[in-house]
Amino acid sequence: MPDTRTRLRAPVLIVGLLALVAVLVSAVLAGASDLGWQRVLAEMWAQVTGGQSPLSAREAAIVWQLRVPRVLLAAIVGAALAVSGATFQGVFRNPLADPYLLGAAAGAGMAATLVVVLAPSVTGWVIGPLPPAAFAGALGGVGLSWLVGRSAGGGGTSTLLLAGVAVASFLTAIQTFAQQLNTQTIRQVYTWMLGGLNVSGWREVAIAVPYVAVAAVVLCLSARLLDVLTLGDAEAASLGLRPGRIRLVVLAAASLATAAAVSVSGLIGFVGIVVPHVVRMLAGASYRVVIPLSLVGGAAFLVLADQLARTIMPGELPLGVVTAFTGAPFFAWILRSSRRRVS
Amino acid sequence: MFRRFAPLLAVLLVLTGCATRPSDTDSAAPPETGGTFPVTVSAPGAPAVTLDRQPQRIVSLSPSATETLFALGAGPQVVAVDSASDYPGQAPKTQLSGLSPDPEAIAAYRPDLVVVYADTTGLADALAKTGTKTLVMPDAKTLDDAYAQFVALGKATGHQAEGESLARQAKDDIDKIVADTPKPARPLSYYWELDQTYYSVTSATFVGQVLTRFGLTNIADGSDPAASGGYPQLSAERILQANPDLIFLADSKCCGQNAQTVAARPGWNTLTAVARGHVVALDDDIASRWSPRIVDLVRTVADTIADAGA
Repeated sequence: MPDTRTRLRAPVLIVGLLALVAVLVSAVLAGASDLGWQRVLAEMWAQVTGGQSPLSAREAAIVWQLRVPRVLLAAIVGAALAVSGATFQGVFRNPLADPYLLGAAAGAGMAATLVVVLAPSVTGWVIGPLPPAAFAGALGGVGLSWLVGRSAGGGGTSTLLLAGVAVASFLTAIQTFAQQLNTQTIRQVYTWMLGGLNVSGWREVAIAVPYVAVAAVVLCLSARLLDVLTLGDAEAASLGLRPGRIRLVVLAAASLATAAAVSVSGLIGFVGIVVPHVVRMLAGASYRVVIPLSLVGGAAFLVLADQLARTIMPGELPLGVVTAFTGAPFFAWILRSSRRRVS
Repeated sequence: MFRRFAPLLAVLLVLTGCATRPSDTDSAAPPETGGTFPVTVSAPGAPAVTLDRQPQRIVSLSPSATETLFALGAGPQVVAVDSASDYPGQAPKTQLSGLSPDPEAIAAYRPDLVVVYADTTGLADALAKTGTKTLVMPDAKTLDDAYAQFVALGKATGHQAEGESLARQAKDDIDKIVADTPKPARPLSYYWELDQTYYSVTSATFVGQVLTRFGLTNIADGSDPAASGGYPQLSAERILQANPDLIFLADSKCCGQNAQTVAARPGWNTLTAVARGHVVALDDDIASRWSPRIVDLVRTVADTIADAGA
């Protein structure tokens, strides 16, 4: 069994949660429009106490209908991607596994492209055609990978991984083919693929919350099982567990969370790799630590990244670009300093 | 294997080398309709092209150029247009692409003149090998660029007088519309939407310059209108805070946007433009082309301003 000293201690989690709250509040206080943080604070105070707010109706709409849901959505997406990343890394025993493995990203991209090409001006949708298409595509991609891996036999993680690679290439080819048929739509799909939250409101929050919440609960409860899995299938079986079934359940939960995140935000890379790694370096490798702290850390990381995306330039910067820009060097730096400490 | 067929191959090569072919261009030359050739033409920002005789088989790979060619009476000379050229209705639409033009597919139409909006793939060089001239009509940056393109296309197709009068007419119409539009009591601001992720245009773009002539201010300008190449992505927050008086939607046809969908976006019901009904769903195509139909766009803008200023 993994070292019990790496069990999550309450103070660590409390500090993490407090930091997340601080990040959330500061993100709501400052944004693309210059409302003044004191006035936003006064507005929030007025909401709580029922007093007089300094903000106009339009400024209040900016805060409550744009900024707050966007910050919350960034937190939800970040938590989902980070916890999915941690899960994938555990299941595949591969430190570079990420939430888009197994064809999730390729499936989402293909479905989104097909919808844009085949039904460009569907207006009857409640939330626009992209989110449900991306959601279905992400789940479909993972499902197909699982089916292909299963039918190929073996049942081990490497078979599943290879099936995922094949499925992803195939779905990407369909996407490219569809784009060639209709070059007008490339921009729309491209913008979505870069990832971003600039067109988001409470509706998107409502879409993502249930899936991510269910996945988070399932994964937190399965953390101990993931720890056992890291010992190897034979050891897990000798402890009376069924590795295949555990793997299926946690992969399904992580895929659901990833699909929900992709459907509301497009493709945002690096969160799923960087956050679990940083958590492991700072707090230990047990999944009973990594899973909950990845949820908290992923949320905080993406809120900060989105904060940069919407304030660093006069226009918006694609969030996926920001996470890669900030995530990759940060990751390299952590890697370097931790190596030095060890050796 | 190859040796046995080598003599046969040689014979075939000699045969094809000696073959006489019917000429593509000389066989059915219709009577000249006007203009003097040879002529050298170019659009602002594009290389000059010399045409020895009046082109009779034109392929247009630019929707703006297609509209202009038909407006100046060169329509009968146009044998093929690209898949995005959808106006006027009688334009011979094909599957040709203006974005990634395929020289072989174009050559199949046996053109003597090809009009494109950009040559980034060496199209002109490839077509030159088949004896075809390529005329580049780049994105117009100003109204004057657009007028100059009308003139250039008229000159290149043997409709010099029509090209000049089309340019003069468009200029006079637009100048008159601008002059006749009452100046609002206070300067109006506008937001120009390219797509639902809030990509917009600044005053540094062609469209932006057209609207600047009405004395409007553009909420996308910020401190540097040239930033992001004139096409920045705005945040919803910034649009709400700027509170534009007018909203122009250039994503109505492509993406089904209109006054109702805009009003339903979170927080947008607080905008002046939404509350006063000054959200205008434009024809995406007219709003993005520098063709003679630019006059229609200018008229729509003028009507909106007159409505909002009153």
